[in-house]
Amino acid sequence: MNRSFYDETHTVFGEHKSKILQWIFSVDHKRIALLYSGVMFTLFFFAVGAALTMRAELFFPGQQLIEAQTYNQTFTFHGVTMIFLFVVPGIAAALGNFMLPLMLGARDLSFPRLNLLSWWLYIIGVITALSSLMTAHGFADTGWTFYAPYSLKTETSVIFTLSAAFILGLSSILTGINFVVTIHRLRAPGMDFFKMPLFVWGLYSTAWIQVLATPVVGITLLLVILERTLGIGIFDPTKGGDPILFEHLFWIYSHPAVYLMILPGFGIVSEVLPVFSRRTIFGYRSIALSSASIAGIGYLVWGHHMFTSGISDLARIIFSFLTFLVAIPTGVKIFDWIATLYKGSIILATPMLWILGSIINFTIGGLTGVVLGALGTDIHLHDTYFVVAHFHYTILGGVIFMFIGGLHYWYPKITGKLYDEVRGRIAFILMFVGFNMLWFPMFIAGFLGNPRRYFDYLPTFSIYHQIAGIGAVLVASGLLFVLYNFYKGVKEGKKAGANPWNGTTLEWHIPSPPPLENFSKIPYVDFDPYEYEKGEAVVKFDENFRRIH
Amino acid sequence: MENELAYDVQGKGHPVSDYKDDYNGEKFGFWIFLFTEGMMFGALFLIFAIYFYRNMEVFASASSELNIWLGGINTVILLVSTYTMGVASIMMRQGKTKLSAILVGITLLMAVIFLAIKASEWSVDITQGIYPGSEILLKKDKGEILFFGLYFVMTGLHGLHIIGGIALMTWVLLLIRSGGIREDHTIVMKNVTLYWDFVHLIWIVLFPLFYMIGV
Repeated sequence: MNRSFYDETHTVFGEHKSKILQWIFSVDHKRIALLYSGVMFTLFFFAVGAALTMRAELFFPGQQLIEAQTYNQTFTFHGVTMIFLFVVPGIAAALGNFMLPLMLGARDLSFPRLNLLSWWLYIIGVITALSSLMTAHGFADTGWTFYAPYSLKTETSVIFTLSAAFILGLSSILTGINFVVTIHRLRAPGMDFFKMPLFVWGLYSTAWIQVLATPVVGITLLLVILERTLGIGIFDPTKGGDPILFEHLFWIYSHPAVYLMILPGFGIVSEVLPVFSRRTIFGYRSIALSSASIAGIGYLVWGHHMFTSGISDLARIIFSFLTFLVAIPTGVKIFDWIATLYKGSIILATPMLWILGSIINFTIGGLTGVVLGALGTDIHLHDTYFVVAHFHYTILGGVIFMFIGGLHYWYPKITGKLYDEVRGRIAFILMFVGFNMLWFPMFIAGFLGNPRRYFDYLPTFSIYHQIAGIGAVLVASGLLFVLYNFYKGVKEGKKAGANPWNGTTLEWHIPSPPPLENFSKIPYVDFDPYEYEKGEAVVKFDENFRRIH
Repeated sequence: MENELAYDVQGKGHPVSDYKDDYNGEKFGFWIFLFTEGMMFGALFLIFAIYFYRNMEVFASASSELNIWLGGINTVILLVSTYTMGVASIMMRQGKTKLSAILVGITLLMAVIFLAIKASEWSVDITQGIYPGSEILLKKDKGEILFFGLYFVMTGLHGLHIIGGIALMTWVLLLIRSGGIREDHTIVMKNVTLYWDFVHLIWIVLFPLFYMIGV
């Protein structure tokens, strides 16, 4: 029996007897990934709790459970926690951290200690954000966007939230640097950029967004903090500042940030589809390059959040046009994925179900995004539930479905055990049905004019909110069922073996769970990542990582 | 783990790059870090450009209130200090450890002088009642409030980077003493030199923006 990374580890300060210290000071990328996952999913369930509270309040028109001000703080808490504490580190920090070195044929990331520092900064950010729940003025009520001038005036503890977002940004930048350098330096010999698995391409594009966009929002949030403490005037109209400038700077980061969330998810889709269709991915290069071009074009579309903010017509037309352009590489990807399925031997295992579900949801989310990118319709739909539904279709129905799909896919590699397939499928069906019940009615409510961010609505919208409320309960129970299934899998699941899915990428050629430092010998990679012949993986290695013919 | 090889199907060995002591990786990583710094200051330059465009004349007159001589001396100090830091880095690679340490010390001294001059400028402004949120400043033109708001934020952030540089150079001196930086292991020194170049480059842009537009 091989010793895995659960049995031994490297730490930053030498040897520790205590198990806890061995975990929180470990510089092993796999342990850090699990640390991230643990904290992130705990916070995720807090934010789901906030969402359920809002849905309960919205079940009937008028006020039942919480006051308007509490409602504002609740949606801010939900947004800040989901965005900054969960989806932004998200797939990259959890699954990316675990899988990147394994997929590249490396023993760790380029900077293992920096990786641990990122996690610690993340924890400091989490504590800063949550501490404002306990302070006198309570959690921020600005929404996760912190728009000036309201964020300059509100009585709530918005400084805590801003500082938290700043610290989390720093953590995200350091992870980005680590990933970019790792991908440039630590690919196994022979693996050029176009032999990397597509999940790595997703992480690569994400890492560049983290590195180049995060500092802009960092300095912007810092300016709001300085505005509130010293009164420098940059976003305060009474002192000559321009609040619209805040919106520009905020979205220069926060629009690329949604691509930062989705690109690793796209990577997971491109991993799971070939494995469960037992055939090579269709259009490898176009998928790889579309990730990079989404990251590139995604930088230039931030103005579409501001069509009603009073920017010039020329700017609006340009931003609208650029927004349509992003749909092209995304469409290319979806085309490639469907072409991969065509004539494949499709196996509807749980990871595949989640991924197929996510493609359906994301297509709806993406196409409604094009609707919102068009100037005329956006004037009508701006700040309605249509926008919220679009966003949740891409992020919850897209990113989080892909994330959960990825967790199922790599679960055997991470834990060494198999989860229960039947329970996995039931959880998926609960979640897929629940999710569409939760958010599809909101497209209609929004289209009919129900504005977002209100604790109340006109009685004519009751039916939509009530269907959504039932959907929310299904989603929550689906999530709990996933958690239960994972817990049961660890406790009593069967041994998974190195390669339960018949996968082709490098992580499936080492034991599950992987040993410390992953590879005993580094393989030579002169083959494409997804080579199948008659449903069987082409590439095989002997125990010394030499290819067998 | 010296020169580990990965073998292809023909049995030919290919060198494996490891994460430990990867000189090029560490240099590349630091360059990317400087990109992020550039984006951060870049956002501030963008804000400056917009408000300058909107308040050109007020910005020019506010700029003339700053002491161009003190700013100019500081520019020269930083220019010379990047030169000494650069030479220190070259000397280290040539094995002239002692000379290198002396040059880092000189750089460090110049950084402290820069900060002292900057602090004296700030304290003059503050005693005259020019600081963010002061009543005297708030009575002035809105362009002037913005100019000094940006002045304190941008030179302040730059000043923090100078303090960071002083800390890094102190660390470099300690590493030279303990042998952590030596002729064949110069990556930390190389990166601190890069950092110092960057800090000086930012000042090269800040100086004309704040001091020279009023001339």
